[in-house]
Amino acid sequence: MTSLPTHTDRKLGLVIDLDTCVGCHACVTACKGWNDQGYGAPLSDQNPYGSDPSGVFLNRVHSYEVQPHDTPAQIINFPRSCLHCDDAPCVTVCPTGASYKRAEDGIVLVNESACIGCGLCAWACPYGAREMDADAGVMKKCTLCVDRIYNENLPEEDREPACVRTCPTGARHFGDLADPESAVSRLVAKRGGYDLMPELGTKPTNKYLPPRKKDRPQEASLLAPLLDIQATGFAGWLDRVLGKI
Amino acid sequence: MHPAPSVIIFSVASGLGFGFLAFLGMGLVLPSGLVAFALWGLGYALAVGGLVSATFHLGNPQRALLAFTQWRSSWLSREAWASVAALVLLAPVALSDWLGLGWPRGVGMIGAALCLITVFCTAMIYAQLKTVPRWNHWTTPATFLGFCVAGGALLSGQSLFAGWALMILAVLLMAGFAEGDRRFAARGHSMASATGIGRIGTPQVFEQPHTGGNYLMREMIFIVARKHVEKLRIIAVSLAAIFPALLLFLPVNALTIAVAVAFHLIGAAVQRWLFFAEAEHVVGLYYGMR
Amino acid sequence: MTHHQPHLDTSPPVSDEIRRTTCYMCACRCGINVHLKSGKVSYIEGNRAHPVNKGVLCAKGASGIKQITAPSRLRSPLKRVGPRGSGAFEKISWDEALALAVAWMKPLQDTAPEKLAFFTGRDQSQSLTSFWAQGFGTPNYAAHGGFCSVNMAAAGIYTIGGAFWEFGQPDWDHTRLFVLFGVAEDHDSNPIKIGIGKLKGRGAKVIGVNPIRTGYNAVADDWYGITPGTDGLLILSLIHCLLEAGKIDLPYLAQWTNAPCLVGPDGLLLRGEDGKLLVVDTATGQPAAFDVPGVQPDLGAVWQGSRTVFQHLAKRYLAPDHAPEAVADRVGITAPRIRALAAELAHAAFDQTITIDQSWTDFRGTRHATMVGRPVSFHAMRGISAHSNGFQTARALHLLQIILGTVETPGGYHFKPPYPKPFDAHPVPHIMPRGSGPLTGPHLGYPRGPEHLALLPDGSPARIDKAFSWENPLSAHGLMHMVIANAHAGDPYRIDTLFLYMANMAWNSSMNTAATMDMLTAKDGAGEYVIPRIIYSDAYASEMVAYADLILPDTTYMERHDCISMLDRPISEPDAAGDAIRWPVTEPDRDVRGFQSVLIDLGARLALPGFVDTEGAPKFANYADYITRHERRAGVGPLMGWRGDGTATGRGAPNPDQLDRYIANGGFFQAHVPDAARYFKPWNRAYQDWAVEMGFYDAPQPYLFSIWSEPMRRFHAAAEGQGDRQPPEALRARLKQAMDPLPIWYPPFGEVAAAAYPVHALTQRPMAMYHSWGSQNAWLRQIHGRNPLYLPTKIWAKHGFAAGDWARVTSPNGEIVVPVEHMAALNPHTVWTWNAIGKRKGAWGLDQNAPEATKGFLLNHLISELLPEQGDGLRWSNSDPVTGQAAWFDLRVRIERVDAQMQSLPAFGPLPDLGEPS
Ligand SMILES: Nc1nc2c(c(=O)[nH]1)N[C@H]1C(S)=C(S)[C@@H](COP(=O)(O)OP(=O)(O)OC[C@H]3O[C@@H](n4cnc5c(=O)[nH]c(N)nc54)[C@H](O)[C@@H]3O)O[C@H]1N2
Ligand SMILES: Nc1nc2c(c(=O)[nH]1)N[C@H]1C(S)=C(S)[C@@H](COP(=O)(O)OP(=O)(O)OC[C@H]3O[C@@H](n4cnc5c(=O)[nH]c(N)nc54)[C@H](O)[C@@H]3O)O[C@H]1N2
Ligand code: SF4
Ligand code: SF4
Ligand code: SF4
Ligand code: SF4
Ligand code: SF4
Ligand SMILES: [Mo]
Repeated sequence: MTSLPTHTDRKLGLVIDLDTCVGCHACVTACKGWNDQGYGAPLSDQNPYGSDPSGVFLNRVHSYEVQPHDTPAQIINFPRSCLHCDDAPCVTVCPTGASYKRAEDGIVLVNESACIGCGLCAWACPYGAREMDADAGVMKKCTLCVDRIYNENLPEEDREPACVRTCPTGARHFGDLADPESAVSRLVAKRGGYDLMPELGTKPTNKYLPPRKKDRPQEASLLAPLLDIQATGFAGWLDRVLGKI
Repeated sequence: MHPAPSVIIFSVASGLGFGFLAFLGMGLVLPSGLVAFALWGLGYALAVGGLVSATFHLGNPQRALLAFTQWRSSWLSREAWASVAALVLLAPVALSDWLGLGWPRGVGMIGAALCLITVFCTAMIYAQLKTVPRWNHWTTPATFLGFCVAGGALLSGQSLFAGWALMILAVLLMAGFAEGDRRFAARGHSMASATGIGRIGTPQVFEQPHTGGNYLMREMIFIVARKHVEKLRIIAVSLAAIFPALLLFLPVNALTIAVAVAFHLIGAAVQRWLFFAEAEHVVGLYYGMR
Repeated sequence: MTHHQPHLDTSPPVSDEIRRTTCYMCACRCGINVHLKSGKVSYIEGNRAHPVNKGVLCAKGASGIKQITAPSRLRSPLKRVGPRGSGAFEKISWDEALALAVAWMKPLQDTAPEKLAFFTGRDQSQSLTSFWAQGFGTPNYAAHGGFCSVNMAAAGIYTIGGAFWEFGQPDWDHTRLFVLFGVAEDHDSNPIKIGIGKLKGRGAKVIGVNPIRTGYNAVADDWYGITPGTDGLLILSLIHCLLEAGKIDLPYLAQWTNAPCLVGPDGLLLRGEDGKLLVVDTATGQPAAFDVPGVQPDLGAVWQGSRTVFQHLAKRYLAPDHAPEAVADRVGITAPRIRALAAELAHAAFDQTITIDQSWTDFRGTRHATMVGRPVSFHAMRGISAHSNGFQTARALHLLQIILGTVETPGGYHFKPPYPKPFDAHPVPHIMPRGSGPLTGPHLGYPRGPEHLALLPDGSPARIDKAFSWENPLSAHGLMHMVIANAHAGDPYRIDTLFLYMANMAWNSSMNTAATMDMLTAKDGAGEYVIPRIIYSDAYASEMVAYADLILPDTTYMERHDCISMLDRPISEPDAAGDAIRWPVTEPDRDVRGFQSVLIDLGARLALPGFVDTEGAPKFANYADYITRHERRAGVGPLMGWRGDGTATGRGAPNPDQLDRYIANGGFFQAHVPDAARYFKPWNRAYQDWAVEMGFYDAPQPYLFSIWSEPMRRFHAAAEGQGDRQPPEALRARLKQAMDPLPIWYPPFGEVAAAAYPVHALTQRPMAMYHSWGSQNAWLRQIHGRNPLYLPTKIWAKHGFAAGDWARVTSPNGEIVVPVEHMAALNPHTVWTWNAIGKRKGAWGLDQNAPEATKGFLLNHLISELLPEQGDGLRWSNSDPVTGQAAWFDLRVRIERVDAQMQSLPAFGPLPDLGEPS
């Protein structure tokens, strides 16, 4: 049913570190690659070699520019995928029950065999996390790699989302945000992880870690000259320097 | 939001259709014989035709029946039930009018109520969406019902009633426009809240995630120039409500009704186009486009 | 109300089989697990066991599946039938193709081998291709390094015996401050990202020095938006501040560098009878060989009027013209910011010293109880090197590393085996004999002085690219970017056949692209092509294909054997030597052959030494056979692992099972550096002995870092008129400036255009694209399908640009009309765009109206391969005067606003689709 589970034992999700993300798009194509052959219909592309290529991606990396008032402008890379919201509006609007949130781990999925492709869930999602597949006519979204994280056919160490596994900088973290002791929860606490568009009350599971303060050279006291070279001349400097060994 | 023709036709036609059926059901018009067949036929044609055209934008229409399953949570599901219930319940009423069987009207009353409920459900599909602040307001169902009632009254030649309904519709429309313009900002959505990086400074888009297009941008991001909007709003209100209302001061006959309905329909279509085109989805914030 | 949910199989089968090979979506050489479902590649992920990427992949690597199915793949050998450039070809068989190639090459081999010019681009089989060219007897061979980053390579080798590029890396686990100069991506794509991730993980500091703040520079904690071409000024000013404050590592300078060596009257360093460098021993006050046990070199010594290198350098860089206040305006960074940066370097180096509890013994026999390090590390690449002052700037940066004592110490910068390897352990260039017969040695090398220039008796350049000539004496990688221009001009001479491999020279890899296309199609009076024959090997329908007469279609990287060899560019880590292979994880569905196998076949047909046995029969069946059985020196072959009976490493007889062992191990082999040998490699006995054991060199070769460069001084002296080999008059002045034995800064040659063209124009590597060849990829081209020119706020406002506008961009070489966008995090005098996104219509199997061709563009049209004529009537190449490195980033432009356009300019006629019908 598209009614939400009253409670989920675990809240699996991603924590994305905006201080570390270099915007390389590795997570974008790793996601495309895995899900193109994994859960449900392939992620189709329309005129891939044509004048107006377009296709389904479950994870896209934006790039923003921010202008602080006192320091130089910054570029911030911003990966965006399903946040597996606790109070997921995309689920309750679904007329067929295709869209649902798993009780055991909070993962929000689309049961493609029940999806009529009405698009309502994509309208209901504030975060642009759902994309209709033009070929299959079903709604696609981040599955949190539900077909990896429990997959007995994968080695233990690989039972994590494809985007997390591939991220070269380790800016993407996967874990249980319901458990305050989990690595991700501690990271969120330590680095002040936050929700996107909290005003909508969707209670996202995924969290974003803010960029650290930039462009503030350590107040390392500027280097003091050994002595006044103009006065002592080079020889004086040399004696003083070599005196140090 | 992208103003898809199928959805515009659907909501305009079914709105008018169910409105008209409601009036027929309540017996405010009591046609008989072929006229009854024609009028009921028109009502059903509009309502059913609208519903059918709505399925054109489904990716997998063959599974449409599944849409009846989630009435507990989904307004779309509820709309499905209400519409079918209305159409089924009204069938005997139509039959009795046509063949003059004179069956009791009670069912018709319930059917009429279901017609209004159907339109209300349709409206709630949009009104429930917090992601589209302009829609997410009581004026949305009010306006849809306004169209439904006014249109129905007009079609069924209830000139006095229709006149008042059209006037109220005009007010609702203008209220909706005015209110809607304020709401996005009022809700406090911004690129800053969408990304959380506002804490550093004012964010703007540096580079879109893909140079290639995508479903989200096609479906949710539609930009209309302010100046067009102003014109279209005036056209919508005048054609949908004011002109038809004025026409009703003329001696009411099939022709004036026909002309009034024609105006009303065009106006409704324009209004519905605006309803989508003007609606800004919060996802646009990520793309710096609204 | 109860919650139901469908049953879901969370353990679906992943694939039938995993084949582990090496990625080649770029030159980083990560390990990949290629999943196959019913024989077809279904999914690609990183190999966790692989030393380069440790499991991660970049955006390109994960998109490899779309590369091997791209419609642009060439299908069979092609022979030109229409005019050159028209792209009119006929399919021919491999027998015809090879016979034709031999028919063209054989006469040249017998009479004038130099008339065959063999140049290779992206490829990583240089030990094979150079060996082949050497056997053929042409001096005209090089790979792409000359237009890539030879400044970085040469400055590193000549100064510290190893370079940035991918030949070393920061000690990621210990460094506390990491400074990036002019890097957007580099060859070490994933390793750098992994490293930055480690630093971020433990909150270590990253500083970016770059006019543009994207990618690595976007995550940098501090950003110095330097004005292009001025890094040398900045670095020497930092050195000034450090000297001034005495924040320099004196023991390091005294023990491991030539700082204590004595500069003789001729500007060369004093040596003893045995030819060994002399230092003055503080204990005795007397000169002694630098390497005698127990010697304590005196940095301040003066002996018979000769002062130490240290005194020379201190005097030079302490001078007020290097003070931050004196350079701030030109550099575009305020003096206080420069001083703050110097302070941070000093703070990290001298106040956060780290000690590793590991004893070691240096080449003088002195035993050190621990390994003490200075956790400051640097990385730099083309932002430094792609300028005409890049060699000296890179030297300056190495000097900065040296005075901070951060090279090969814990927390600093580390060489990857086979480096360290000083310049004098490298070969010198070979061009002899003239006339037929194999060369007496390798083409490329490191000249020690004018005697090693590649000049003919009449003093004219012996090589078509004029490498190792007075115009660019230390061009250790050749000058690929000059080959077509010189061949067209017949300067220094005409050639007959141009043989190119994996280089898109008719497009993004050439300066002055439009003119290059003209040169490729130019005809002489007799109606013959000025470059009579062009043979090209590509795997895809690139722009270059249309300009060749004979196409030898290669396989894709998953369909052939490749060898990532110690003899070439291996996949070593600082702590482990490593090499790797590619192998056919899937079979080609087209009539194509791996180029190396084709080259070996050609070698046999031409009976080149090393390619035929004593009976003259082909020595190798194919490349796989060559990889296994070829020996460069006795017991040393392309691969170091599992030699002999399978237990020998580095040295050992060929092992027929070697490739299988590699495949079983995931496609790579590693030999780990012993703990006692991990740091101080150039001076560390344990490392030197291990290197000899591995076969990197045949005897230990400890050395001192060359702060004072003797090879440079020899050319310097020649420029001053000393010696019998003298430069042409026109070049004296610039050689005297450029060949200074101590690092200097001079304005990039591009500056001559500054008055009329006030704006710097740059390109950057997009992390999700590889040069020209990512655009044929269905996934990657959705990420970068077009490229705007980014303008800084100052220029944006000044010209009243608005969203959607385009601009006319003019340089001394021409103009382009392109879309623009605004960017604030950018040096105010700089504009830039992503590199190589723009495509020729019809190329790469893309629609003629592909955004790459209508909105995309190249800056290359604006860049000339020649500098403007400056009074001497001559036009020198737009390259670094020391190495010949292409000065891509010296480009100066002028910007005008124009209204939105439908088509970026220049636009060229469409190419016919040579790829597979999609
Ligand atoms: N994804 C991807 N990776 C690649 C490649 C690719 O095409 N795509 N190409 C490979 C190749 S062949 C090479 S050579 C390497 C090159 O790797 P990089 O050296 O990173 O090459 P560029 O992208 O040219 O980056 C040059 C950087 O220097 C900056 N810059 C330009 N001028 C100056 C200057 O005067 N001072 C300073 N401080 N900075 C300056 C530019 O802003 C840019 O950030 O990348 C390799 N890796
Ligand atoms: N404006 C500007 N221009 C630049 C640069 C810049 O920074 N700015 N960078 C310069 C630098 S550093 C470099 S290295 C050059 C790079 O320029 P190139 O070395 O030319 O690199 P690519 O453009 O990738 O072209 C390589 C060719 O190899 C082909 N190829 C790909 N895979 C295979 C294969 O498996 N087998 C064969 N046989 N061919 C294959 C591709 O189809 C392509 O035609 O560009 C240079 N050009
Ligand atoms: S892979 Fe990691 S670093 Fe790259 S874009 Fe994704 S999150 Fe950012
Ligand atoms: S992010 Fe969107 S799709 Fe994902 S759970 Fe939240 S609302 Fe649903
Ligand atoms: S598109 Fe599919 S999943 Fe989404 S609401 Fe419609 S039926 Fe449900
Ligand atoms: S978790 Fe899986 S599906 Fe979700 S974005 Fe990452 S890779 Fe894609
Ligand atoms: S960096 Fe990317 S493209 Fe290059 S080898 Fe590694 S995975 Fe392949
Ligand atoms: Mo390069």
